[in-house]
Amino acid sequence: MKEIVVISGKGGTGKTSIVASFAALARTAVMADCDVDAADLHLVLEPKVRHSADFSGGKQAFIVTEKCIGCGKCRDVCNFDAILFTGPANDVIDKTYTVDPIACEGCGVCVHFCPNDAIEFRDVVNGQWFISDTRFGTMVHARLGIAEENSGKLVSLLRKKAKEIAVDRNNDLIIVDGSPGIGCPVIASITGADLVLIVTEPTLSGKHDLDRIADLAAGFNIPTLVAINKCDLNPDVAQQIETDVHKRNMKVVGKIRYDDAFTKAQIMKCSVVEYTGGAVSEDIKALWRNITYAC
Amino acid sequence: MKIAIASGKGGTGKTTIATNLACTGASLGHKVQYLDCDVEEPNGHIFLKPDIEQIQAVTVDVPQVNSSKCTGCGKCGEICQYSAIVHLKDNNVLTFEQLCHSCGGCLRICPADAITARPLKIGDIELGKAGSIGFVHGRLRIGYVRTPSLIKEVKSHIKQDSLAIVDVPPGTSCPVVEAVKGADFVLLVTEPTPFGLNDLELAVGLVQEMKLPFAVAINRHGIGNDEVEKYCRTENIEIALKLPDDRRIAEAYSVGKMIVDVLPEYKEEFAGLYESISKRLKG
Repeated sequence: MKEIVVISGKGGTGKTSIVASFAALARTAVMADCDVDAADLHLVLEPKVRHSADFSGGKQAFIVTEKCIGCGKCRDVCNFDAILFTGPANDVIDKTYTVDPIACEGCGVCVHFCPNDAIEFRDVVNGQWFISDTRFGTMVHARLGIAEENSGKLVSLLRKKAKEIAVDRNNDLIIVDGSPGIGCPVIASITGADLVLIVTEPTLSGKHDLDRIADLAAGFNIPTLVAINKCDLNPDVAQQIETDVHKRNMKVVGKIRYDDAFTKAQIMKCSVVEYTGGAVSEDIKALWRNITYAC
Repeated sequence: MKIAIASGKGGTGKTTIATNLACTGASLGHKVQYLDCDVEEPNGHIFLKPDIEQIQAVTVDVPQVNSSKCTGCGKCGEICQYSAIVHLKDNNVLTFEQLCHSCGGCLRICPADAITARPLKIGDIELGKAGSIGFVHGRLRIGYVRTPSLIKEVKSHIKQDSLAIVDVPPGTSCPVVEAVKGADFVLLVTEPTPFGLNDLELAVGLVQEMKLPFAVAINRHGIGNDEVEKYCRTENIEIALKLPDDRRIAEAYSVGKMIVDVLPEYKEEFAGLYESISKRLKG
């Protein structure tokens, strides 16, 4: 079984549109949308949810107003400025402490040090995850709650579920749609993957960001391929990117021309290769062939 | 005053709008700072081309265990919620700095004072000037995950007497929360496509939860459909800017050029945006 992860460093280079096309070309792969805080793949693959469950990535402190004695120890020990002195009055004091749920990182230090056991440590639901059927096979995806943490843990959970499903069904391919950046969800997406595809664009920003994400992938020793989307937007920068990639002993395995079919396909809720048989689809098919050879 | 330029979806034009807005403010004679909080993939410097005058390493505290003092009680491992410190047996304690959130729990709880804080470098902050614009950006160390901590450091350089334009990373999770926190106004940049709309709705949810005033900027107006505009009308959200889909803008972007420099016909758009934001901030 092979797991291919599509990432980009820079956002908006076309990852999701390309993954949707791969799903159509692969026909029976298991898909995982691991861009959990701005997931879009479902808008094209129109999944029918078969199974859904809550995701809890950790805990959160909760001050029981009646028990708070207003000593402020919780605020003193909190390293995240998450304790506010704005809670309601109780029988003892006219102002109590309270937890800012957005700032709380669930470390539990205040819970431990409260002299009156007034702080509860509760499991929190950070989001939901789903197993769904699509016209191209099974898809796992999620919705991280707004302003929530633990996106890395949610990504790891989705990849684990995708793997279980692939094993179960004898599928030999998992395609993962990653998130932009080089941080925690991206690291969680590529750790232990078989192949990384970086989708970039021929702009100085795309080139700069490719450099950083390629360094990250190299640190994980994962075979890495590069595709240049909108390649005709600036042929000079595209050429510089190819030279850079070559120097890294990595390979540009596809170039996709700039085409408004990317937008039109989105509006029709279909992948680019379903939307048009035109040249841009040929570009994506050639990219997909090169990736399957590399697998 | 702090204006955060954010978006759920990546690549919608946050940096384009943030840098052009910074230049517009400066050309109108205002004191402006540009702070790039997209510390994983900062791009503002490509357009503003600042002279970097200072580089500061940013560190966070992670635990260092002195095994000769450790009594093997295991309390450090019990309090840690992130599996960043694990007590095996006797005085054998392992630390995993990459998992640490710097909550300080293990340091506080250790009864033998066997744990001290050790600085771990998570990235750099570079400070400089782009013309009259004060420039600050963070660069996360590759392979490290403390994005919000670095963003907090970038924002600590905000000067009260300036108009601070904060370039926010994409998404809706903790790095974004840290970057928009305390903003007087948030401009949500989107594009008129199904992906743009879906991610805009998430971003709107975030700023509403944080009770921050906001408006929307539509980039590449003319591609896609009018669902974003319909959504804004229905939800009573102000559209503060519509930047048309213009290949010349994309080409200028591709080589790191500012719209207000190479396509002067758009100067008015940005001046208008600047005015409308200033007005809202005063009102």
